[in-house]
Amino acid sequence: MTIVEKPRTDAAPVEAEELSVVGKPLPKVDAEPKVTGRLRYADDLRLPRMLVGKLLRSTRPHALIRRLDVSRALALPGVHAVLTGKDLPITYGILPVSQDEHALALEKVRYVGEPVAAVAAIDEETAERAAGLIEIEYEDLPAAMSIPEALVPDTPRIHGEGDGPNVDRVAALEFGDAEAGFLEADHVREDVFFFSGNAHMALEEHSCLASWDAGKLTLWSSTQVPHYLHRTLAKVLELPASRIRVVAVPVGGGFGGKSDPFSHELVAAKLAMATNRPVKFTLTREESFYAHRGRHPVLMEVKSGFTADGRITALSFRNMLDGGAFGSFGAATTYYTGALQGTTYRLPAYRFEAVRLHTNKPPCGPKRGHGTPQPRFALECHLDKVAEELGLDPVELRLRNAIEPFSQTVNHLRITSCGLVECIEQVVEASGFHEKHGRLPYGRGVGFAVSAYLSGAGLPIYFNDMSQSEVQIKVDRGGGVTVYSMAADIGQGSTSVLAYIVAEVLGIVPEDISVVTADTDLTPIDLGSYSSRVTFMAGNAALDAARKMRDLVLEAAAEKLEVDVAQLATAGRRVFDRDDPERGLEWEQAAHVASALRAPLVTAGSYRAPQLAGPYKGSGVGPSPAYSFTAAVVELDCDPETGMVAVDQVWVAHDVGRAINPLLVVGQTEGSVYMALGEALMEEVTFRDGLPQATSLFDYKSPTVLEMPEVHTYLVESIDPEGPFGAKEAGQGPLLPVIPAVANAVYDAVGVRIDEVPITPDKVLRALDLAEKGKLGRVGPKGMPAFDFPAPYRVEPPGESLP
Amino acid sequence: MSSLALVELVVNGEPHGVAIAQQRTLLEVLREDLDLTGTKHGCELGECGACTVLVDGEPHLSCLTLAIEAEGREITTVEGLATADGLHPLQSAFAELSAAQCGYCTPGMLLTAKALLDANPAPTLDETKQALSGNLCRCTGYAKILEAVSLAAGRMGSRR
Repeated sequence: MTIVEKPRTDAAPVEAEELSVVGKPLPKVDAEPKVTGRLRYADDLRLPRMLVGKLLRSTRPHALIRRLDVSRALALPGVHAVLTGKDLPITYGILPVSQDEHALALEKVRYVGEPVAAVAAIDEETAERAAGLIEIEYEDLPAAMSIPEALVPDTPRIHGEGDGPNVDRVAALEFGDAEAGFLEADHVREDVFFFSGNAHMALEEHSCLASWDAGKLTLWSSTQVPHYLHRTLAKVLELPASRIRVVAVPVGGGFGGKSDPFSHELVAAKLAMATNRPVKFTLTREESFYAHRGRHPVLMEVKSGFTADGRITALSFRNMLDGGAFGSFGAATTYYTGALQGTTYRLPAYRFEAVRLHTNKPPCGPKRGHGTPQPRFALECHLDKVAEELGLDPVELRLRNAIEPFSQTVNHLRITSCGLVECIEQVVEASGFHEKHGRLPYGRGVGFAVSAYLSGAGLPIYFNDMSQSEVQIKVDRGGGVTVYSMAADIGQGSTSVLAYIVAEVLGIVPEDISVVTADTDLTPIDLGSYSSRVTFMAGNAALDAARKMRDLVLEAAAEKLEVDVAQLATAGRRVFDRDDPERGLEWEQAAHVASALRAPLVTAGSYRAPQLAGPYKGSGVGPSPAYSFTAAVVELDCDPETGMVAVDQVWVAHDVGRAINPLLVVGQTEGSVYMALGEALMEEVTFRDGLPQATSLFDYKSPTVLEMPEVHTYLVESIDPEGPFGAKEAGQGPLLPVIPAVANAVYDAVGVRIDEVPITPDKVLRALDLAEKGKLGRVGPKGMPAFDFPAPYRVEPPGESLP
Repeated sequence: MSSLALVELVVNGEPHGVAIAQQRTLLEVLREDLDLTGTKHGCELGECGACTVLVDGEPHLSCLTLAIEAEGREITTVEGLATADGLHPLQSAFAELSAAQCGYCTPGMLLTAKALLDANPAPTLDETKQALSGNLCRCTGYAKILEAVSLAAGRMGSRR
C-alpha cells in the first residue's frame, strides 16, 4: 500500500485547550427561533395578492397523452392561469448528463404522480377544483416496475424510441487484475443482496413561493441547492440568471430529498410571470412521495477472494439500480455504488460493474449516504459470512484489511486522516462485542460493521474551475460581524458552524455574529447542502475570510497600540498583547480603530478542493478532500415466534476529524442511527399494478420514539490536516454501518440470513421455516437477471511511487 | 361556497373573531387567518403530530380539528409558550441540548411534552416515550428530545 505524504497545511494543528468556541457544546444560533415557532419555513411565507398553485398529476404509470383540454379549468371563476407541458418545453435535470425532465409532462407520462398540468387560483380549494376539471385521455403503454421488467428487451422504452431494455447508465471498471486475485485466493465466496427503495420523508413537505416584480423573479424555496436551482430556472424560463433571485429558506428536513430542481419550483415561477402575482405551491404528503428522489433499490452480486489467514486478494461488485423514471443524480449514484468499498479496506484488485435502469416509478436520487448504503450493506454482511467460513472473528477480519491513514485506495482515492481502527476498538470494547457474539441466548444477538464517507464531493456537479464555496465577512463600526454564505441550513446546523468558526478566529462569541445565508442576491457561492460538504468547504472558506479579517483588525490595533502585530492575539472579545494581556483593546474598540485605519472592513475567503480524480472515466465520483469513518455494534432481540426484531442498543463511533460542536455531531450521529434502523427494519417504497402503495405516513412505516433504542455515541477526533480546525463530516457517514450491523445481529440471534432490507418479520419467519425444513436459512435474491456488461475499463492501482 | 360562520377563538389567552367556512380546520385558521405559523403542517391526516396544539390543556391534532369545534375553548400554540419573563423550561431545554435540528416537529413536540409535564411532573422514560409516540421526528432519533424533556421536568420540579 502506498503511503501518501502527509499534506501540507497552512496552520499547525490547534490544541483543544486553546479553543474557546470550537469544540464546545453550544446551542445553535437559530435554536430560539426554532423553539418559539418564529422561524419562517417556505410554507409560512405569504405575499399580498398571492395565488395558490396546484399540480395535476398522472394517474398512469406509462402512457401517451392523447388529449389534454384545460378549457373548463380556465373558465372556473377564481382561476388565473393554467399551464401544460408545452408552456415549459425546455428539459432540465440536476446533472448536465441527465437533462431529461420536463416541468410538466410532454406527450407521455412515465410514473403515477408525474406532474401534467398546473393551476394558479385565488385559493387552494379553487385550484384543486380547477385541476379536477382538466380533461385528459391516455393511451396506456406496458409499464416496467422492477429491475427484471426493465431488462425485458421487447418492452417500450421509457425514454427514447423503440423497445427496451430500459438502460440509463452503465459503468464497468477494473482496478488491477481481479480474476488473478480470485485465482490466488484460498477462499472465494459469492453472495447476492437486495436493498429496497425508501424515502427521505422529511417532515416538511416541499414548498415554494414565487414573485415576479419589475422584470425580476424571486423564488423562496425549501431547497438544499439554491445555486443549482438558480441555474435551472434560468435555463427553463429562458431568463438571464441576473434577473433571478433564489432564496433557500430554512429547510424542515432534507436528507438529500430537496437537492433536485423540482417541477413545482419551475411552475410556480412561470405562473408568477404569467399572472403577475405571487404564486405559492406546497406539496401534500402524498405529493412529497411522488417528488421522491429517494434511495435507489439495488440488486448486488458480491464476490471476494481471501487468503486462509483472512487477507483480501480481490473484490468484485455487480450492481443493478432501479432508477425510476428520470436521471436525477442517478449517473453519480451508479458510480457511488462502487466508489467507496476501498475506503475502508486495502483491496489489491477490484472490479466494479453497474447498470442503472429506468422504471415507471418516481425518480430515485440521493438519500443520506447517496448510493453507498446499499453496497455497504452487501459488503459488510458478505464479510461476516466470509469470517465465519474462515473461522475468523469478524472484527479481526476487518482489522487485518483496514485501510491506513495517508494512503491511497485501489481506485485512486486519497485517504488522509483515518480513525477507522480507533472507531472499531471503541465500539467493540464499549459494547462487549467479543463477550456477546455467538454467546447470547437464542433470540438475542449482536452485529458489527464499519464504513466510510465523503466530506464533500471533490468535484462540482457541472464542470468548472471556480471555487466551490466563498464566504464574505463584514465588521461594522460597533463590532457587529456579518457572515455571508450561500450554504443552506437544512437542520444540520451549517449556519451555526459558520458562526462558531468565525467567532473562534476573531476571538469573539457567536452572539456577536449574524449569518446571512442561501440567497443568490446577497451571498457568495456555495454549491449546496449535499455530499456532506458544508462544514468542510464552506467552513474552510469562512476560516479563510475570518483570518483575513483578523489580520486587518490586528494590524490596525498594532498601529494604535504601537506594538508589533505579531505580539497581538484575539480572545475573550479582546485584542491584546500576548506578553502583557492588560495592554489591549475591547473588541468594539478594535473594530472602531480598524474601521478608521483599514476601511472597508470587508474580507472574503474561498475554498476549492484539491484535484484528486484518478485517471479514468467515472473517477469524478468518489474523490473527497477527506473521509469520515464509522464503526457500529447493534444488539437486538429477534423473536422466533413472530419474526419481530427489536433493537435494544447501538454503539457507534465516528471519526469526525474534530467536532466543531460535539452536541451537533452527536445529534447527527443519533439521527443517522435512527434513519438507518428505519431502513433496516421497516421503511420501503412499494408498488402494485403500477400504483405506489405507501403515500401516507400510515402506510410508509417509520420508527417512532417507541422503536428507538439507546444509542451510545463515541466521537473519534483524528484532526484532519485540511479540514477547518481538523473537522470532517458527520451528517451521513454514521448511517452506513448500522444497517448491515442489524442484519449481522439477526443472524447472531436466530441463525438465519436476511440478505435483503428491510428485514421484516415475514422474511425472518420464512428464513426460520426454511432452516427448520433443513434448507438454507436465508431469504434474499436468488441471483441476478442476465445483462451483458461491457468489458471493464482496466485501470492500474496506484503505484508504489505515486505521490 | 358554504356560508361563513362567525367564530371566536381564544388563542394563547387572546380572543380572535374570525369569519370562516365551517369545514376549515383549526390548523388552517391558525396559520392562514391568525398568522400563527408556528403550528406546522406535516401530513394532513393526523399521522405526524407536527400540528399538535393544546385545547383546554390537552394535545389535539389541529389538522383533524375543525376550528368551530374549538370555539370557547382555550387554545395554546407554540407562540403561547414563552412569556415576557422568557422561554418555557421545555423551550430552553430543547434549545440548549439541540433537540431541534430542522425544527419542524419542534412546536408539536413541545406542546405534547407540556401537556405531559402539566399532568405528570416527573414522568418515567417510558411514560415520556408513550406521550411522544404520536409525534414523528425525522432528524434527531428522538434521543435529544427525551433528554430535553427530562431536563425540563427536573428544572420545573425543583422550581415548585
